[in-house]
Amino acid sequence: MLKVSDIHVSYGPVAAVKGISFDVKKGELVTIIGANGAGKTTTLNALMGLVPVSSGSMLLKGEDLSKIPVEGRITRGLSFSPEGRRVFKSLSVLDNLRAGGNILSKLKADERIHDMMEQFPLLRERSHQDAGTLSGGEQQMLAIARALMSQPSCVILDEPSLGLAPKIVSQVFEIIRDLRETGVTILLVEQNIKKSLAIADRAYVMELGKIVKSGNAKELAEDQSIQDSYLAAGS
Amino acid sequence: MEEFIQYLISILNLGSIYALLALGLVVVFGQLGFLNFAHGDLMTLFGYALLFQIGWGLPFWIAVVIAIMFAGGCAVMMERVAFRPLRGRSPMTLLITSFAISGALHVVFQVAISPRSKPIPIPEFLSGYITMGDLFISRAQIFTIIVAFTSLILLRIFLARSRLGICLRASASDFDVARTMGIQANRVIAMAFFLSGVLAGMAALLWISQRGAVHPALGLTPMIKALIAAIIGGLSNPKGALYGGFLLGGLEATLLQILPDNLVVFRDAIVLLLLIVFLVYRPNGIISSNPEPMR
Ligand SMILES: Nc1ncnc2c1ncn2[C@@H]1O[C@H](COP(=O)(O)OP(=O)(O)OP(=O)(O)O)[C@@H](O)[C@H]1O
Ligand SMILES: [Mg+2]
Repeated sequence: MLKVSDIHVSYGPVAAVKGISFDVKKGELVTIIGANGAGKTTTLNALMGLVPVSSGSMLLKGEDLSKIPVEGRITRGLSFSPEGRRVFKSLSVLDNLRAGGNILSKLKADERIHDMMEQFPLLRERSHQDAGTLSGGEQQMLAIARALMSQPSCVILDEPSLGLAPKIVSQVFEIIRDLRETGVTILLVEQNIKKSLAIADRAYVMELGKIVKSGNAKELAEDQSIQDSYLAAGS
Repeated sequence: MEEFIQYLISILNLGSIYALLALGLVVVFGQLGFLNFAHGDLMTLFGYALLFQIGWGLPFWIAVVIAIMFAGGCAVMMERVAFRPLRGRSPMTLLITSFAISGALHVVFQVAISPRSKPIPIPEFLSGYITMGDLFISRAQIFTIIVAFTSLILLRIFLARSRLGICLRASASDFDVARTMGIQANRVIAMAFFLSGVLAGMAALLWISQRGAVHPALGLTPMIKALIAAIIGGLSNPKGALYGGFLLGGLEATLLQILPDNLVVFRDAIVLLLLIVFLVYRPNGIISSNPEPMR
């Protein structure tokens, strides 16, 4: 589905991503974990075309992503829920969903909005409220629902559990697991390492712009060095 | 009583024009984060387009419609030629570019057309007064209020209901995220400029119908007023531009009422002074998009 080979990304003189490679196969849930500033968000933004890569290649279903404009990714089935949720605050919940489904026909969009409201009942209650007035957890649900509007085949999620209460975090992870059950390919970036390893098939560990470890999620969860550096504090 | 109605009408009249202009500024600001200083020149372009068409013998109202479309087209051209190559640069660069465009257009108007004011014949229907008892109301003012409110309502429906309107608001709210959803940057920006041009054309029609002439600097004064209105309103959303426009209209009309005749010349200075005081207390305007208090 997604294949990234040796990409480099810099912000001016600062190299944020220093030659990383990974792939996500159809139907897989792959997670990229790592500490603050490891370059995870930068990698995802590069995939979405929001920051330029200086070298390397990115393929989506075999097609070179560097030749596709930012706006063209969604029509190829790739959708994105950014770090910090970034819902359209001044738009109602309904209009956020409509924006997420703006490439669909009117009929199809209404159908999808209906589906999303079934799946996230709290969004129905708040459908006419401005997204900016929702709580953090509600905004995260909205951000996910918005990303699902276009019925993507591959979803990229950047730290969906960021800043949420533990109960809501569990809910978010359940939603992601359920989503994967429906056959959607998922690339998940997280700092909640324990929970993401628990639902993922495979994982990559990023440190200072490089991938330092990768493998089966269950095995990595058992890995001593991962336990020591990430799980010891009991996160 | 008569005086009070007269006063109300002058508030609505001034406020309508400022609100239309401020909206045009805010619609573009939402997409690119800068105030287009050449916005006023779109009004002037409307004025000259109207002047020439009437000169060629076109009926007034047909000329008006074409001139409004022309202003919209010029705004789109402006973006294509001047702002698009600078996409991604800082808003400051865009602002300064817009100064340059405005300056260049002034020179073009002066050299290619005339540095002096040219009269535009305003149809009978828009001149003179309606009398109601002791009340004299200028027809142009009534026309202004009706046209402005109708356009504001239509614009609101467009932004709230249409797919393009939702895309415009989404990309004003978060440009990059909107793009990842397939909302085409070039299309929404072009649409925003077209809207701003049409709004400037409408405002120019109303402005000119009360003055009956066009000159190279026609758009300058109303544009500065619109900048003030947009800043008072908060730049972050169209509602703010409306409030700002009517607030400024109200302020000017009130000053005109209460200032003694020999101080009326200081009206604009007083308005600017009040703006400064206002910004000290509310730097983000009436409607702030920033939920955190600044201090
Ligand atoms: N816009 C930017 N300009 C300059 N440097 C940046 C920018 N964005 C990120 N960086 C730098 O790039 C590096 C990687 O940042 P990135 O946001 O990708 O990390 P991350 O792994 O997503 O971290 P977090 O878990 O905190 O979200 C950091 O050192 C950061 O300071
Ligand atoms: Mg990040």
